[in-house]
Amino acid sequence: MELIFKIIKFELSNAFRSKWILVYSLFFFISAYLLLNFESDNGKAALSMMNIVLIVIPLVSIIFGTMFVYNSIDFIRMALCQPINRSSLFIGLYFGNSIPLAVGFFSGTLIAFVINGITVALISDFLLILLVGVALTFIFTSLAFLIAIIFSDKAKGLGFSIIIWMVLSVVYDGLILFVVYFFRDYPIENVVLAISLLNPIDLARILFVLGFDISALMGYTGALFNKFFGSSSGLIISITLLFIWFITPTYFGLRSFKLKDF
Amino acid sequence: MIRLKEIEKKFGKFEVLKNLSFNIEPGKITALVGPNGSGKTTIIKTILGLVKPDNGDILINDKSILNDYHYRKNIGYMPQTASFPENLTVREVLKMISDLRNSKIQPIDELIEAMNLTSEMNKQIKTLSGGTKQKVSALISLMFNPSIIILDEPTAGLDPVASSNLKELVIKEKLKGKTIILTSHIMSEIEELADHIIFLIEGKIKFDGSVFDLLTYKGENKLEKAIANMMNEKSAWN
Repeated sequence: MELIFKIIKFELSNAFRSKWILVYSLFFFISAYLLLNFESDNGKAALSMMNIVLIVIPLVSIIFGTMFVYNSIDFIRMALCQPINRSSLFIGLYFGNSIPLAVGFFSGTLIAFVINGITVALISDFLLILLVGVALTFIFTSLAFLIAIIFSDKAKGLGFSIIIWMVLSVVYDGLILFVVYFFRDYPIENVVLAISLLNPIDLARILFVLGFDISALMGYTGALFNKFFGSSSGLIISITLLFIWFITPTYFGLRSFKLKDF
Repeated sequence: MIRLKEIEKKFGKFEVLKNLSFNIEPGKITALVGPNGSGKTTIIKTILGLVKPDNGDILINDKSILNDYHYRKNIGYMPQTASFPENLTVREVLKMISDLRNSKIQPIDELIEAMNLTSEMNKQIKTLSGGTKQKVSALISLMFNPSIIILDEPTAGLDPVASSNLKELVIKEKLKGKTIILTSHIMSEIEELADHIIFLIEGKIKFDGSVFDLLTYKGENKLEKAIANMMNEKSAWN
């Protein structure tokens, strides 16, 4: 445990020393600030912010995480020659990469929210944006680690990461629409529901939708979830599934890391 | 004593180590010799736990190390190409490694001086030349007073002064009874340092014995010729 903290501490000081975290944080600060200023209705601003979060965080987390592992190979090789176990190193590196990303997003967005003085009624919605953003950071960093450890080749790993992001954030919804349209004469709600459980971005969207209680505006899957689970149980189920989405790639990433030849 | 038992390793279809068994004794410098791609570095990485063998076992002082990591506390390793986090200074790298090892840096001024690193300690790794990085790597391999020292082509990038200082240090360590493993393509260096030679070709042991045994076995008085002889035999087989 002590070792994990040492590695996290080392990676954090490394991350905060470079400027990227500041740029990342500024991006969210500016986006949130502008949205809240240009949009008189805070609810709509929160919705737009949510869309930015759903696209940008998975993309940055998966690309940055993949690059991070490839760039850390030297450090990993050096560290593995020391008396430390692979699990601690993996966990240390994972949090050393995901915490700065999460902090960057969280602080930038939070400061913009606070400066603009969002209305009390909407506090829970904005809190939800922060929580979902952080959850997506951890999930996609975990996927990135799994990919980068499986593929030794940097180009392949990076390509695969981009494909995963494309599939989960763009292609997936198209597929759901296609299924809905193609089987429109059949009662396939449960199937669609099951399909959307398999995508963490859809899950995050559902969390927002249920939180905002505007499911009808947010596409077919959101409306479905609301109808089936009602708000509170829907929330619990999607949070649980997001957690599973975090645990599964982390577990397989750790397993591959333990067996990998460096 | 390091004991390798029936070690096998494949990278994809390529069989790198083929049922290798040998012992490395303390108080001696054991040289792993062989052409490029013969498996020297893979053996070293297997002992370090960087590469996991497909079959076989490795024992250090009669204890299997395959699912262990504590044993690395007693190993100092100088890799073929040094790799450190680029944005740290030499001093920070040393501190980080001692932090990871949970051991205090020993008084190493003498080592720093021997490696001529005094003026480099506060420079960032990315500003150092390849040779200077190798010196830092040599320093790290010795600074925790390990009982096993593994040097993978240690003098390849070093200037003559550092190279000769390093050799002196290695001999001193040997006299303290430490286990030293060395790979090199410079035969004069092996002749100068090694007590024991393990000659590898394509992942198999071709010769395992003392330098003297090798010379008498081949009827040569120069190690370079004896080794060249063995390599020629190999190409004759091909």
